[in-house]
Amino acid sequence: MPLIELDGLEKTFTVRRKTGLLRRERREVRAVDGISFTVDRGEMVGYIGPNGAGKSTTVKMLTGILTPSGGRLRVAGIDPARERTRLARRVGVVFGQRTTLWWDLPLRDSYRLTHRMYRIPDDRYEENLARCVELLDLGDLLDVPVRQLSLGQRMRGDIAAALLHDPEVLYLDEPTIGLDVVSKARVRGFLRELNAERGTTVLLTTHDLTDIEQLCSRVMVIDHGRLVYDGGLAGLHEAGDGERMLVVDLARELPPITDVPGARFVRADGPRQHLAFPASASAAPLVAAVAEAYPLVDLSVREPDIESVIAKMYGGAAGELTGGPGSP
Amino acid sequence: MAERLRTPVGEPYGTGGRGPSPYGTGSGGPAPYGTDIDGPFPYGADPGGPSPYRTAVEGLRTYRMVAAMWIRSTMAYRASFALTLFTSFCVTFFDFVVILLMFGQVRGLGGFSFAEVAFLYGSTGTAFGAADLTMGSLQRMGRRIRDGSLDVFLLRPVPLLAQVAADKFALRRLGRVLQGLMVLVWSLVLLRDEVAWSWEKVLMVPGMVVCGAVIFMAVMVLGASALFWLQDASEVTNAFTYGGNTLLQYPPAVFAQDLVKGVVYVVPLAFVNWLPALYVLGRPAPAGVPSWAAFAPPFVALVCCAVAGLAWRTGVRAYRSTGS
Repeated sequence: MPLIELDGLEKTFTVRRKTGLLRRERREVRAVDGISFTVDRGEMVGYIGPNGAGKSTTVKMLTGILTPSGGRLRVAGIDPARERTRLARRVGVVFGQRTTLWWDLPLRDSYRLTHRMYRIPDDRYEENLARCVELLDLGDLLDVPVRQLSLGQRMRGDIAAALLHDPEVLYLDEPTIGLDVVSKARVRGFLRELNAERGTTVLLTTHDLTDIEQLCSRVMVIDHGRLVYDGGLAGLHEAGDGERMLVVDLARELPPITDVPGARFVRADGPRQHLAFPASASAAPLVAAVAEAYPLVDLSVREPDIESVIAKMYGGAAGELTGGPGSP
Repeated sequence: MAERLRTPVGEPYGTGGRGPSPYGTGSGGPAPYGTDIDGPFPYGADPGGPSPYRTAVEGLRTYRMVAAMWIRSTMAYRASFALTLFTSFCVTFFDFVVILLMFGQVRGLGGFSFAEVAFLYGSTGTAFGAADLTMGSLQRMGRRIRDGSLDVFLLRPVPLLAQVAADKFALRRLGRVLQGLMVLVWSLVLLRDEVAWSWEKVLMVPGMVVCGAVIFMAVMVLGASALFWLQDASEVTNAFTYGGNTLLQYPPAVFAQDLVKGVVYVVPLAFVNWLPALYVLGRPAPAGVPSWAAFAPPFVALVCCAVAGLAWRTGVRAYRSTGS
């Protein structure tokens, strides 16, 4: 049985816009427009899309913050909007741009409140806290007021806070936004371990595609409130009509290889030539054909850049894709 | 739902026998969570369905926890806290001086004696002060809705109303309660011979303060519910709460009859202190209200709570959050 089930989920907002001095225009915006998917226990799923695609809205419906306008939604068998507080004990949420920690108090105090609010048994709490402190390197930070923490430190603190009550599902909304390379690596490592050892289901919303590449075996792409792709990371390349690149090193500088079927010459750097071919095609016959006709020394196959693949999928929304924080 | 009734069984993690840490080395072990999605709750404590009693108990517990955190937060800035406390004390004190000065000059108001007006002032002041101390933060929820930080409250497994009410809990608001209580006690001392005391009148005094506080709280919750649709509605609520408090400090005879009728029949603020207080003082009820209405405050308070509770639930469901 799947842990998360969405069936034709919809969310419409009525937006009022001033069009004149007293005139107002009412407009219906479909932020989520009929999304259906299921997520099984222990899956790690990337949920991506351009700004305003409906990612955060979906996560907010999954946690019960927002009430769906239509469709069916179950998380661990619970209808989130109806039984929000009951579900809250079983899910953990990290909003990258919003902290759940107490601004003026030491990190430790926020955790203590979580301990009591969620009624976590003492031994579980101690154990979970010790583990988070170790793996997220929070040891020196526990007694520092949250307002004095850096963004990366606070994010790690927030992730720990979301995991103290042993959630079955963890929703991460932009968990690595604004973090430096070291902090990102630490957070990713922690999540990978959590998923592998604990079996925690993770749904990750991000603009950073490296997060997805390193963590998720399954990706869902959403655009204009609709699911446009749901499948493995590898399949994304084909779905996005991507091309792979065959890089061949020849014995000497030669004119461009244009006579090999199924390949398209891209560019040459001295004896090295770049040939593009469809992501869905096999590289083997191509390599054989090149090796037969040319003095081949070395070769490598490069997977297409996931970012460009997804940019293609969005249809020109690439600028936003790598952009800053999400906005309505 | 049937699953709510199910008794949780066994250890929720299914990690038994894996050594002291469930994170042990054996990653190939059993899945930490069973595959049954209706499975037992973590910690074997199903919070249960939304029974009003459970919600109330959980709410009070939450309120205590959150309020305690805010008191600690305030203490993080000691100098600022001391300064606020001092300012607050001064304001309350001068407020009190103003009342003294006023009653030093005026002997009666609208046919009411000095002690009688003090009785009205003290009873509504205490009731409103108590409501403001506990629920005053609700009017600031508009900002939390606008900047989206209400989302964080909604993620916690405890009642939202208690969290919002305890948000930014400020102990300094206790001053208002104490001030009202002082005036009330003082007026009672003055009135001890003027009033023909009986058992129901003696009981009516604490009763009206408690019911009055509950009515004010309900109005505050009702006003806060409106914030889910109109984030700038808090001024409207203030007109009824702060404005109502000011109104009720004076005898109804001072005001136009239409206004008095509105306070009785439209916004039931007259039940906070006017109607019971007039009964205690042995005066006729205003605006042609029957005299038994003096005993109505508990029922009015209950109805107000029910309406406010319904409005709150509807509001939470209509919450729109922010864009990101």
